Amino acid sequence: MAGDRTTTVTGVLGWLDQRMPVVDFWNKHLAQYYAPKNFNIWYYFGSLALVVLVNQIVTGIWLTMHYKPSAVDAFASVELTIMRDVEWGWLLRYMHSTGASFFFIMVYLHMFRALLYGSYQKPRELVWVLGMLIFLAMMAEGFLGYVLPWGQMSFWGAQVIVSLFGAIPAIGPDLVEWIQGDYLPSDATINRFFALHVVALPISLLGLVVLHLGALHEVGSNNPDGVDIKKKKDAKGVPLDGIPFHPYYTVKDTFGVGVFLMVFAFVIFFEPTVGDLFLEYDNFNPADPMVTPAHIKPVWYYTPYYAMLRAVPDKLLGVVVMGAAVMILFLLPWLDKSSVRSIRYRGPITKIALALFTVSFVTLGYLGMQAGSELQKLVAQICTGIYFLFFILMPVYTKMDSVKPVPDRVTMHD
Amino acid sequence: MAAESVNHGRRRFLTASTVVVGGVGGVFAAIPFIAAWKPNAKAVAAGAPVTADISKLAVGEQLTIAWRGRPIFIVRRSEAMLAALPAEDARLKDPQSTVVDQQPEFAKNGYRSLKPDILVLVGSCTHLGCSPKLHTEVQPEPWDSQWKGGYYCPCHNSRFDLAGRVYDGSPAPTNLVVPPYRFESDTRVVIGESEGAA
Repeated sequence: MAGDRTTTVTGVLGWLDQRMPVVDFWNKHLAQYYAPKNFNIWYYFGSLALVVLVNQIVTGIWLTMHYKPSAVDAFASVELTIMRDVEWGWLLRYMHSTGASFFFIMVYLHMFRALLYGSYQKPRELVWVLGMLIFLAMMAEGFLGYVLPWGQMSFWGAQVIVSLFGAIPAIGPDLVEWIQGDYLPSDATINRFFALHVVALPISLLGLVVLHLGALHEVGSNNPDGVDIKKKKDAKGVPLDGIPFHPYYTVKDTFGVGVFLMVFAFVIFFEPTVGDLFLEYDNFNPADPMVTPAHIKPVWYYTPYYAMLRAVPDKLLGVVVMGAAVMILFLLPWLDKSSVRSIRYRGPITKIALALFTVSFVTLGYLGMQAGSELQKLVAQICTGIYFLFFILMPVYTKMDSVKPVPDRVTMHD
Repeated sequence: MAAESVNHGRRRFLTASTVVVGGVGGVFAAIPFIAAWKPNAKAVAAGAPVTADISKLAVGEQLTIAWRGRPIFIVRRSEAMLAALPAEDARLKDPQSTVVDQQPEFAKNGYRSLKPDILVLVGSCTHLGCSPKLHTEVQPEPWDSQWKGGYYCPCHNSRFDLAGRVYDGSPAPTNLVVPPYRFESDTRVVIGESEGAA
């Protein structure tokens, strides 16, 4: 006997299981992980985010085989070597660049699902906080990756984002030089951004994903009714409304992956730039530190926050507002004082608040891509206000809002 | 393992002193990792002063050269441009150039320059580092109906006058930076070092 546990399996698996609890692990996280049986379409996006993460890692490894992290070679290594000379290089690159945007689409929808069904509420606060850390790591990862092709938007995006740190009083300017490793984004910057993009942040992301799932599997998944399925169990202690994740949800998620891959492939093959959205046209010109493009804007997934930055006429305050807009999301589990989770059983005030918030966020995302007229600035200021009020007033309106009675068991439709 | 005669005081002391010594070591071990991010010796050397020849720079025109990879704007301003500067004071955030870091001491004057007509600026917007464009025509512009000439940043609509002073209502917090510079001769400007500091 290798260990003190007894194993029920024989053969190679039995040999393994005596030395490492593989069967326990399989059961705990898949075959005997009981998820609510009423998951709807919103529950695809977590597993799809994982699929995109795998896509990013695999295509990313292959891209590093041809990419050259230097100010002189980077642009040509992407736009000439990878896109034209390497066999199938264009596919790997477009899978990676399209994957970056799809990662954010999946995660934004996944987060919206949590807002809809109160998935961040007790006891899933830690799941939400770990998810937010993943979101932060993704934002850093996406930014660093966008710098690597060293096109015009890479350079000027790096310039703009790094100079945000320059707004910090006293240490700002030195901090900017330290981050860049030079007086402007340069060879040193691209080299260290490459190191962070391909080693440091992917490791952090993977670790956080493991923790996110570990925390989720400890407390169990929420569902569209926000009903706690662990309250009604059968004689064996299995939740009455629970079904084993494997095979039921592995099969459902595989279907989701099929649909996803069709959309993903369509973008990769027919419209990888998505009209300046996923890849900006200015980035097909090599970086030129002496010429600023007429209109600098970040990729679409940052534009809601970028619009907030621009809406504030003071630099330091703008940076603070933008940072606070992301950070306030961490507090969500403690701001929501409602006695019910799901939007299905919440009152009209919460529904209106969520609708206003969603419209504001999408509007900010649109405004962040525009040049920014006075009218647009005003609209951005109003939307920024609504964004923050959604959170700041949440303890008040979730408490005073009416609620509908929550059923004992999950509801099913035919 | 015997539970008898454990010296807890000794264990606590050893644990605490190990943590303290290890902690101090950890802090010092972080130094190379942090310092390795600073501009390296080659980057610092490449940041040495550069010289610009302004003999062919006509009145009202701008010469752009690179110093530390940033655009440096050198403009020969006309008498009319200089005369118009004081009238703008009321519309500016910092007309007297009181923010110390934005210019060397010698440029803390109404023209923000060593010689009144020659303007030398770092061509990076103090908002987010885009490069502002020079618009010298005195005419109503989309961003300012009373435009007297100056710099306009296309990124986020920051406006600066012909001394690089920022207009009220711009997202840029401060005036454009005047780099350290000196005149080697009437036609040669050295960017990157000041008079006497060489």
